This record gives sequence, structure tokens and C-alpha cells, in this order.
Amino acid sequence: MSQATLRITKISGHAGAVPGSNMSRDAKEKQVCKMVDTTTCIGCKACEIACQEWNDLPFASTSFNNTYQTMPDTAWNFWNLIRFQEYQRPNSDGSKTFMWLMRKDQCMHCADPGCLEACPADGAIVQYSNGIVDFQTDQCIGCGYCITGCPFNIPKLNPVTHKVHKCTLCADRVSGNLEPACIKACPTGCLHFGTKEDMLFQANRRVQQLKTHYGMAEAGVYDPPGVGGTSVIYVLHDATQPELYGGLPRDPRVPWTVKLWKHPLKWIGNIAIIGGVVGTFMHYLRYGPKIVPEDNAKGGH
Amino acid sequence: MEENRVLHGGRLLRYNFRERLVHWVAGLSYIYLLLTGLAFWSPWCFWIAVILGGGSVSRVLHPWVGLVYAASVIYMLGIWSRDMEITDTDRKWTQSIGAYVRNEEEEMLPEHAERAWQQWAPVDRFNLGQKYLFWTMFWGGIVLLVTGVVLWFPERAPQSIRLISILVHPIAFLVTLAGFIIHVYMGTAIVRGGFTSIIRGEVTENWARHHHRLWVERITEDAAARK
Repeated sequence: MSQATLRITKISGHAGAVPGSNMSRDAKEKQVCKMVDTTTCIGCKACEIACQEWNDLPFASTSFNNTYQTMPDTAWNFWNLIRFQEYQRPNSDGSKTFMWLMRKDQCMHCADPGCLEACPADGAIVQYSNGIVDFQTDQCIGCGYCITGCPFNIPKLNPVTHKVHKCTLCADRVSGNLEPACIKACPTGCLHFGTKEDMLFQANRRVQQLKTHYGMAEAGVYDPPGVGGTSVIYVLHDATQPELYGGLPRDPRVPWTVKLWKHPLKWIGNIAIIGGVVGTFMHYLRYGPKIVPEDNAKGGH
Repeated sequence: MEENRVLHGGRLLRYNFRERLVHWVAGLSYIYLLLTGLAFWSPWCFWIAVILGGGSVSRVLHPWVGLVYAASVIYMLGIWSRDMEITDTDRKWTQSIGAYVRNEEEEMLPEHAERAWQQWAPVDRFNLGQKYLFWTMFWGGIVLLVTGVVLWFPERAPQSIRLISILVHPIAFLVTLAGFIIHVYMGTAIVRGGFTSIIRGEVTENWARHHHRLWVERITEDAAARK
């Protein structure tokens, strides 16, 4: 099923237990994480190019919209986008500081992935034991439910093949003990890769530094708890306003309609369907058919 | 005046050719939608999609077949809207629905019933259950069509509309499935003669008088007036 050598812990649209559950391979089971320090991103786009090259994606044409952003949005063949926004940060003395906010946008690899929850195709989306959420394109049926389930608007449909694509967190490189391609290409040290534990430690240290040395009282780490935390975390100058960074959602969650549909409604529905079939059968046993007497005597209808 | 529905030899034309055809276009398209829909509904049913050509094929065909189903119920509305109106007679019939479910119509014929209200209410072309089925499948079909078009093109519709559709589509499916199960059960197992009538179109006058007395009276008067 999967090309990676990692163990799978969750599978989309799958009946029954995940094969290999209850097993452990400790060394590869630690949650991995990308740490993106937006305060040191210079917008060079090396990560975008590295992503295109490693994943062998074609260079797509784009449109110029008077910003330093490469594309209007991520695409099925463009998984890593530096989102650019100009912002005037109010200072304590009433003056304003002009800022270029740049955020590396890609799949967040949620611990509680909305795409996987919504997906009906057996094995089309998997979550590995190290936290990477990966699309298995050969199993994808192109329904697009993952697009609706994702709170970050990440999965994108290839209009020709009707398959969805997104960042794999370089599962192929990571399972070979390499860092993701984007991390490798970053020249400023704004991108880090390691275990979730280490990345959180480093991110929090950076936040302390921003608070004490740069007077950024609102600096913070973005690791949204609504989706169980993510395997991509950000250091933001102003964690109280994540929307500023190209529309990073404040409190992303698996949408409640998806939860309602996949859990209570499914159970009520299943019971109702089985109840209906059993009910009609019981009715037949108890009351039987309606036969118009004379018709029956004539042997038909 | 409607077409002549009184045939030679005491038989009545219950459903003409286009009524039978549209019924089966709706019925067969619904069965396909049900099977592929069940595959998307639950992982335990995904094997159905595998049998029907694979998940991708099912995903491609499901919306198109959905259009066929929607067109057929809209066509049915055109030909049956007058027959499907819920009337005072139907409201009277609801009093005897329990007896109908228990197959106790015989006891409610005028010669058996002791009081007037216990008597079986005569039925026109369709009984109230059939009318409810029609309106369930029609309005369910419209809701499934609207939400289905949204789910068909996930990148064109806004997220909020998609989130509503992803929930309403399966709810509408469950409601129509309830109607479908009862309809198939009654049409094949319970009301003997019903299944033949939707295949060949004909019923005996005796059968029709038992199930749809007002309809028989109406069409025989029509036929008499025609002479």
C-alpha cells in the first residue's frame, strides 16, 4: 500500500483494525516536526524550489499580483508556498513598524487529520507512526472530501487525473533518515526539522528570545490544539493574530459537520438501515402478503 | 379527459408505457446510486465500489446517474402531480392505516364494520403511503441533487456550503432509503399483483377495486362517457 517504510497508525475509509497495530519500532516511532520561524524568513523561496525539484513537480506559470508571493495559492503541483503580507505593527508609543510577514504554507500534518476523517476510500490517506499524513494516490478516488475536511485548505485536485495531492513532509526522505527537501534548502536557519519534542523546545526558546530581546510581547508558538497539534509548527511575532500570516486559522478543528456525519449520523444511519430491513422481514413473518381473494383463486395477480 | 384505461376482458391499465418507463429509469438509477452511495457511506461497504468498477469509476458515474434520477423524479412530478395531491379521502384513510399494516382490510369492509368510522376509506389512484413515498423520493431527490452538485465540484463551492452538503446529502439519502426499503418490500412481497402492474401495466378489475376503488369508479365512468 504505502511506499514508505514507516508503520501506519491510521488509514482512511478502512473497515476494521489498522494492519500492524499493537506493534512498535521505537526508533522510527517518534513524532517528527518541521519548525518554521517566521521571524527569520527572508522570502528567498529556496524551499519552494527544493520542494518542486525533489518531488519532481513541473514549474507552473503564475500571475504577478504586486507582492512577493510566487503563486496565488498552493496547487496540486505546488505544495509549498511562502505567503506574503505587508503589515503595520502598532508600537507601544503609538508609532507603527512596517513589516513583511512571510509564512511557509504547506500541509500541517495534523495529529487529528480532517482529510483522513472525511476520506471514504480505503487506504487513500494514511498517518504514519511519526505523525506524517500521507496521500496514497493510487487509492484515491478523487471525491474531494479531504478538501472539505481540511481546516487549512491544503489538498488540491489534479483536474486531469482527479487525484488529490499535497506536501508529503518528504516521507520518502524522512524514512531514509534525511530531512525534508525544504529544510535542506533553507539558507537562514528559519526552517528546522527534528522530533516534535525538540522542535517545541527550540520554538519556545526562540519565543523567549523574541520577548526579552526584541520586545515582541505577543510572540508565540503556533501548534493548534484543536487538531491535536501539528507536525508543522510556527514561531510567530504575534501569536495572538495568526490570521495576519496569510490567513492562518486561529482555532482550526476538524469541521463539526464532518464529525457529526462520520460518527453519530453513521451509527444512527446504520441502525436505521438494518432496522428497516429486519423490520420489513419481521412484518412479512407476522402479517404476510395482501392477496385479493378472487384474484388468487383465478391463479394470478 | 384522460386516456382510456379500461382494456378488453375486464383488465385495467394501471400504468401506461411512459409511466412504467420513467418508474424503471428512476428505480434502476436509484439502485446504482444506492450501491455506490453505500460504498462511500461506510468502509464496510466499500467492496461494492470495487465490484462496480472501482472507487474512481463510481465517483465519476455517481453524479451523472444522479442527474438521471433527478430528471426522472421531475418528469414523474409532471405526469403524476395531480394523482399525488393529498386529499380529504387520504386523511380519512389514515384512520385505518393500522389495519392496513396488519392486513385487516377485510374486517373493515362495510358489511363487517359496526360503526361508520371503522369502515375502510376507499382509495383513489394512489393511497396515502404511495403519495408519501412519491413526495419523499421527489423532495429527497431535489435535496440530493442540490447538495450532490456541490460535492461534485469541491473546489468550486465555498467551504461553508460544502460543509453543509457533506452532512445533508447523507441525511437525505437515509430518508429516501427508508422510503425505498418500504416501497420495494410492499411492491414485491406484500401487495401481490403490484410488481406485475409496474412491469406489464395491467391489473384485474377485481384487484383494482380492492386496492383503489375510487380510481376504478373514475376510469370506468370515463370509459362509459367515451362511448
